[in-house]
Amino acid sequence: MQIKVNDKTWTVAGAPETPLLYVLSNELQLQGPRFGCGLAQCGSCSVLVDGVEKRSCVTPVSAVEGKTVTTLEGLPMWYAVTKRLARAPEMHPVQQAMLDEQAPQCGYCYNGMIVKAAELLSKNARPDERQIRTAMNGHLCRCGTYPSIIRAVQRASEIMAGTTGARGFSRAETRR
Amino acid sequence: MKRRDFVKTGGALVIGFSLRDVLAAQTTAPTGTRGSVAGPPDARQIDTWLAIHADNTATVYVGFAELGQGASTALLQIAADELDLDMSQVRSVRLDTHVTPNQGGTYSSASIARGGPQVRTAAAEARQALLAMASKEIGVPADRLRVSKGEVSTADNAKRVTYGGLIGDRRFDLPFTGSAPVKKPSEYAVVGAPVKRLDLAGKLKGTHVYMQHVRVPGMLHGRVVRPRGQRAYGVGAKILSVDESSIRGIPGVRVLRRGDFLGVVAENEWDAVRAARQLKVAWETTSALPGSDNVYERMRATTTLEEIVVQRGDIGAAFPKAAHVVSQVAHAPYQAHAPFGPNCAVADVKAGTALVMCSTQDVYATRRTLAGLLKLAEKDVRVQYYEGSGTYGHSCYDDAAQAAAFLSQDAGRPVRVQFMRADEHGWDNYGPAHVGEVRAAADADGKIVAYEYHGWQHGWSGTEASAQLAGSPVGEFIAAPAMGVQGVNRLTCGGQYQIPNLKLVNHKLPVTEYLKAGWLRSPLDLSFAFASEQAIDQLAAVLKIDPYEFRRRNIADERWRGVLDAAAKAANWSSVIGVRRLQPSVGGGRVVTGRGIGLGTHLQSWGGAVADVEVNRDTGEVAIKRLFGAMDAGLVVNPAIVESQMRGQLVQTASRMLHEEVKFDTTGVTTIDWVSYPILRFEACPEVTAVVVQQINERSLGAGEEVMAAAAAAIANAFFDATGVRMENFPFTKSRVLAALGANSRRG
Repeated sequence: MQIKVNDKTWTVAGAPETPLLYVLSNELQLQGPRFGCGLAQCGSCSVLVDGVEKRSCVTPVSAVEGKTVTTLEGLPMWYAVTKRLARAPEMHPVQQAMLDEQAPQCGYCYNGMIVKAAELLSKNARPDERQIRTAMNGHLCRCGTYPSIIRAVQRASEIMAGTTGARGFSRAETRR
Repeated sequence: MKRRDFVKTGGALVIGFSLRDVLAAQTTAPTGTRGSVAGPPDARQIDTWLAIHADNTATVYVGFAELGQGASTALLQIAADELDLDMSQVRSVRLDTHVTPNQGGTYSSASIARGGPQVRTAAAEARQALLAMASKEIGVPADRLRVSKGEVSTADNAKRVTYGGLIGDRRFDLPFTGSAPVKKPSEYAVVGAPVKRLDLAGKLKGTHVYMQHVRVPGMLHGRVVRPRGQRAYGVGAKILSVDESSIRGIPGVRVLRRGDFLGVVAENEWDAVRAARQLKVAWETTSALPGSDNVYERMRATTTLEEIVVQRGDIGAAFPKAAHVVSQVAHAPYQAHAPFGPNCAVADVKAGTALVMCSTQDVYATRRTLAGLLKLAEKDVRVQYYEGSGTYGHSCYDDAAQAAAFLSQDAGRPVRVQFMRADEHGWDNYGPAHVGEVRAAADADGKIVAYEYHGWQHGWSGTEASAQLAGSPVGEFIAAPAMGVQGVNRLTCGGQYQIPNLKLVNHKLPVTEYLKAGWLRSPLDLSFAFASEQAIDQLAAVLKIDPYEFRRRNIADERWRGVLDAAAKAANWSSVIGVRRLQPSVGGGRVVTGRGIGLGTHLQSWGGAVADVEVNRDTGEVAIKRLFGAMDAGLVVNPAIVESQMRGQLVQTASRMLHEEVKFDTTGVTTIDWVSYPILRFEACPEVTAVVVQQINERSLGAGEEVMAAAAAAIANAFFDATGVRMENFPFTKSRVLAALGANSRRG
């Protein structure tokens, strides 16, 4: 079976009903998508399939044949392609904004947070806080960093709109 | 370097490509015995604590784990400060029983409180030694030299030498005496600054190696097979039969068993997962538990071991004479650590040695336990720490390490075990349930004169599920004094106030008759504060004194007053006297709003909080709109990291007060995933404000869990402010709130 992940085509072994997550983690050795629940309840394993956020822990690998899978690792390139940039930035604006905001604690859930926020901003470039909360509601953070994530998504939206530099303003100005 | 190239270092360690950065950090360490013999390295040697490299950078060997709390960055700030190095010149290595010193476990918010002074003292002594070397080299007395970014120079900058040039990758070979003078707080350059965390870029880019990413050559994937949800701790789980034919269709799976410890291993992870799910096992049915609906009655009815925690004055004489006496009952549930990523471990157990990689909070304690279980000498077991997802206390990480070790020993191959969601949720060492009964009294002038707290709870379990199922006897975990109380907390139960007559009593329950338990972030403090601070609020209400003002009048000391004032100020507190019943909110109708205040902490530091809530009297839905928290943790090394910790604590407290409850029937636990054990989500997340009360001249204390009790209390008091009803149970689920409101209106 052949699957296309982060702009490369991979030939994968194993049963077609194998959840995509195990293929990405073990055969492709990617570190973005992570096991969290195996039940599509938490968002730890999220990837983009043709630009739409999907839970790879319950998606059979056969279901993505012929489709384009983007993981955390591929987001900068995906962003460059969708925005027609000359080359991929080091990080997707969502990643950059989360770094600027110093948002993560343990950071384990951030794969899903980043993937989901990138999907949201690709559809709605200027979401308000309520729209961010609604879009992100299926993703859990046990460390309780939701407020920082909300701010980071707003900041990423500003970065993408070019209304702020990636490191444009200090934490103090954005905190409250 | 290709993925399949493997690096060999220190004799025994063979690890995959993704760890090369870590290994690079270790291989630049000075030669000698580091990494090649079992630790702990000699804490009386400077070389144990740090190494200076030829490129004028330093490696600091810290015995505390990065659990996501940011302590690894803060500890390096301390080292950089004392060594006069830039943050870009310092790094640490992962915990490893062959490498890092034994500083005790990473719990009770100890990293900075306990580890900080150790790192600072060692760095000061290294700096002193380096200055002595520089003095010799330059020919100028050490007290006339200055250091900047690791470059030692004379005042006129005429003569210069770098640390790297002086000792570059050679050993100090000096005893660590602890005698070198350390800097005064006024001299701190890096400490106290909001330095960016060193681990976050990797975490956001996907390059950070979590335990769940570790793979080793020749490795099998393992899963444990257990009933879905633990039974009573003393009962364990008994296998009646295993039907291996039930997984005949899955190729290459082996079923491994030690007593009632059951697992499967396979070359392919998905095969292990589905084999564990599909394997037919008959477990003995048991009904030893009271069930979560009846647990408080059982706790209250059980004969307990009573222990007086504190007794002063004479409550027997004070209560009858007091003008006002109030009481408060509290029933607090078992709550789960529920790490977002289930625990994982990789073990490679050979004939005489074992290498175990896991996310333990204490590599040396885990080594000791594993050596016993594997029947190996401690020196032949090496434990390495890899950060997993945040665990907030003793979750299943040691259990995962033991499971991997058993399966590896029995399979004769390295084995990676990752728990499935039900293993983690269902077999956790939960934060234990609690019953609290408080009586408090005040005189007519508004002074608290008497206070009594009785707490019913059991201790922590001392045996992990894997060991227990494999035949180890179960017992209670005996906590070291540094790990603190498993019973009534004198700081949170009345310790915030000057109370002349006070008595605190533990009623200790037998742990074997309940669920497995361990330390869950701010252990039991949410429960204590929920009970105690509602009683204090009741006194304010009967005296018709604003609850903030009432606390100020009775406050124990300036540190408590500081956090109380800071929280009130952040929230723009205005006087609240009595209950604001049925104030319609913007939405109108039956939604009422309330504001509450509370004080509390864990074993150290001081926490204050204010909460704003909305209660829908028709649906029973409670929304926590805003939380304001203030913390005094002495000298805060990195205010930005502590603010982040505090925001996390406030959100987690909101989750625990509104949603979280481990449920069980008489057989076992039934909350085994995020649907049956819901936590707070984005849509319901309150706005949170964290205020660090910086005390530059005070000793650094813990900051990882010390504002949660205050926040729990503030939420309960806000609920009362909104509804006029005192909650006796949490979490505040809709049905529980409706029942409380209904019972109250019937009474009223």
